[in-house]
Amino acid sequence: MSFNNLDQLYRQVIMDHYKTPRNKGALEQDSVNIEMNNPTCGDRIQLTLQVEDGIVKDAKFDGEGCSISMASASMMTQAVKGKDVDTALKLSGIFSDMMLGKEYDDSVDLGDIEALQGVSKFPARIKCATLAWKAMEKGVHDEEKS
Amino acid sequence: MNPEIKSYFPILNQEINGHPLVYLDSAATSQKPTPVIEALKEYYESDNSNVHRGVHTLEGAREKVQQFINASSTQEIVFLRGTTTAINLVAQSYGRANVEEGDEIVITYMEHHSNIIPWQQLAKERGAVLKYIELEEDGTISLENVRAAITDRTKIVSMVYVSNVLGTMNPVKEVAKIAHEHGAVMMVDGAQAAPHLKIDVQDLDCDFFAFSGHKMVGPTGIGVLYGKKHLLEAMEPVEFGGEMIDFVGLYDSTWKELPWKFEGGTPIIAGAVGLAAAIDFLQEIGLDEIEKHEHHMAAIAMDKMSAIEGLEIYGPKDPAKRAGIVTFNLKEVHPHDVATVLDMSGIAVRAGHHCAQPLMKWLDVTATARASFYLYNDESDIDRLVEGLRSAKEYFSDVF
Repeated sequence: MSFNNLDQLYRQVIMDHYKTPRNKGALEQDSVNIEMNNPTCGDRIQLTLQVEDGIVKDAKFDGEGCSISMASASMMTQAVKGKDVDTALKLSGIFSDMMLGKEYDDSVDLGDIEALQGVSKFPARIKCATLAWKAMEKGVHDEEKS
Repeated sequence: MNPEIKSYFPILNQEINGHPLVYLDSAATSQKPTPVIEALKEYYESDNSNVHRGVHTLEGAREKVQQFINASSTQEIVFLRGTTTAINLVAQSYGRANVEEGDEIVITYMEHHSNIIPWQQLAKERGAVLKYIELEEDGTISLENVRAAITDRTKIVSMVYVSNVLGTMNPVKEVAKIAHEHGAVMMVDGAQAAPHLKIDVQDLDCDFFAFSGHKMVGPTGIGVLYGKKHLLEAMEPVEFGGEMIDFVGLYDSTWKELPWKFEGGTPIIAGAVGLAAAIDFLQEIGLDEIEKHEHHMAAIAMDKMSAIEGLEIYGPKDPAKRAGIVTFNLKEVHPHDVATVLDMSGIAVRAGHHCAQPLMKWLDVTATARASFYLYNDESDIDRLVEGLRSAKEYFSDVF
C-alpha cells in the first residue's frame, strides 16, 4: 500500500524529533510550570520555562502523546529558547495560522517547525500539534500577570 | 448475517481517501439505515406537530420501547436526550433524595465518564463515599469483588452492561440481586448493550436502565430512562416547565403523572419516531442474530489481530465474554498515529481514552485504539483492518 499522503504528515524531521526529543524533562529552576491536556484524546504536556528579563532563557517539556504532539513540543522548546517573549508569542501566532491553513508570515525563519505544515491537511491532528504552543502561550501570559 | 444489510446504510457506500469506507466506530455512534432516515423525513414532511396533537408518534414510540426492553408499562419509559441525561436524572433526583452522609455509591473501574461524574458530584454534595469494584486481570468483574464492595450502607450500584472499551459483558442481573440484598437500587448503563443484546429489564430486575438511540441505528438526541414505576413515582422531576405540569399556581405547581413529569419542554419527537423505526429494523433482523454475529466478529478479529506481532488486545480473551468491541495498542506506534494511517486506507477506528480515563489508568496506558463492529460489518472489514494495521506497523518501522 502506498502512503504518499502520510509522508506529508510524518515528515522525516518530525519523526526525528519524536524519536529523539530535544529539551525533554523538567527544569530545576523555572519561572513557568504548566501542565496542559488535550481532553479529547488524553495527550498531556508538562512545560517548564525559565523567563528572565523578558527572555526565555531555557525550556523543557515532558509528557505523553502521539508522534505529532511530542514532536511539536520538542520543536517548540527549540524554537522559543533564547528568544524574547514577544517573539515566542509571535511564533505561536504564526504556527496557529499555519495549522489553520491560513497564509502565514514567512519572513521569520521557522526552522524545523516548517515541517509541521502538512498537519493542516489532517484536521483531526491539528490539536495534537498545537498543544505545546497553547501551553507556552498560557504559561507566558500567566507569568506576565503574576 | 445477511450480506445485504450493508446496502440499507447509504453512508457506507462511499470512498474515504480513495478507499471504500470500512466503518469500525459503531461504539461511538452507529450508522443509520434507510428506514430510519425515511421515518425522520416522513415525520417532518407529513406528521409534524407538538405533543398532544400528534399523540401516536411520541406515544407510539413509547410503546415500541416498552416492548423492546420488556418493561411492564409505558409509564416506566422516560424519553430523554440520551444515556448521559438519564444517569444524571437518577443521580440528581433519586440520589439527592436517598443518599445521605456516609452512604455509599458503588460503580466500577470500567465505567464511561457519564457513569462516573454524576456519582462523583452526588457523593461530594451529600458527603457520601464513592466506591469502585475491582476488576479481574482480564477486565471482567467477579461476583466476589461485587460482594466485597456492596454493604448495607450502599444506596446505589451503577454498572455498565457492556464496556465501551473492553467489550466485557457484565453480570448485571447477579449484581442487581446482590444490590437488592443490601437494600440498594441497581442502575444499568445500557448504552453499549441495547444495540447488541436482547434486553429484558424485568428479567434483569434492575431498577433503572439507560440507553441512547444513536448507538442502535437511531437518531442522536433521543435516549431512554427506564425506571421501576414505584421508584419513578416517588422521584421529583429535575427539569421544570411546559409539558410536565398538571396545574400551575402563582407560588406552587403540581406535576403530570408518569412518565411526562420528567419530560419538561418540547421533546425530540422526530427522534422518538426515528428510534421506533430503528427498533423495528433491529427486531426485523433479530437481536439474538445480531449478538451472535458480534461474538463471531469479535472472535475472528481477535484471532487475526493477535497474529500481528506487537499488538496487544485489552479485555477478556474469551470472545464469548465480550461484545463486538476490540481495543488494542500497537507496540511503539501511538494509537492516534495508528488511527491516522488506517484513516488514509479508508478505515475508521477510534483512538484516545474513549471517555474512560479511570479505566485507562487501570490499564496503565494513556490512550488506546478501538475497533467496534456492528450488524453491517463483515469479515472482509476485519481483513481490511488487519491489512491496515500491518501497513501502519511497517510504515512506522520504516520512518524509525
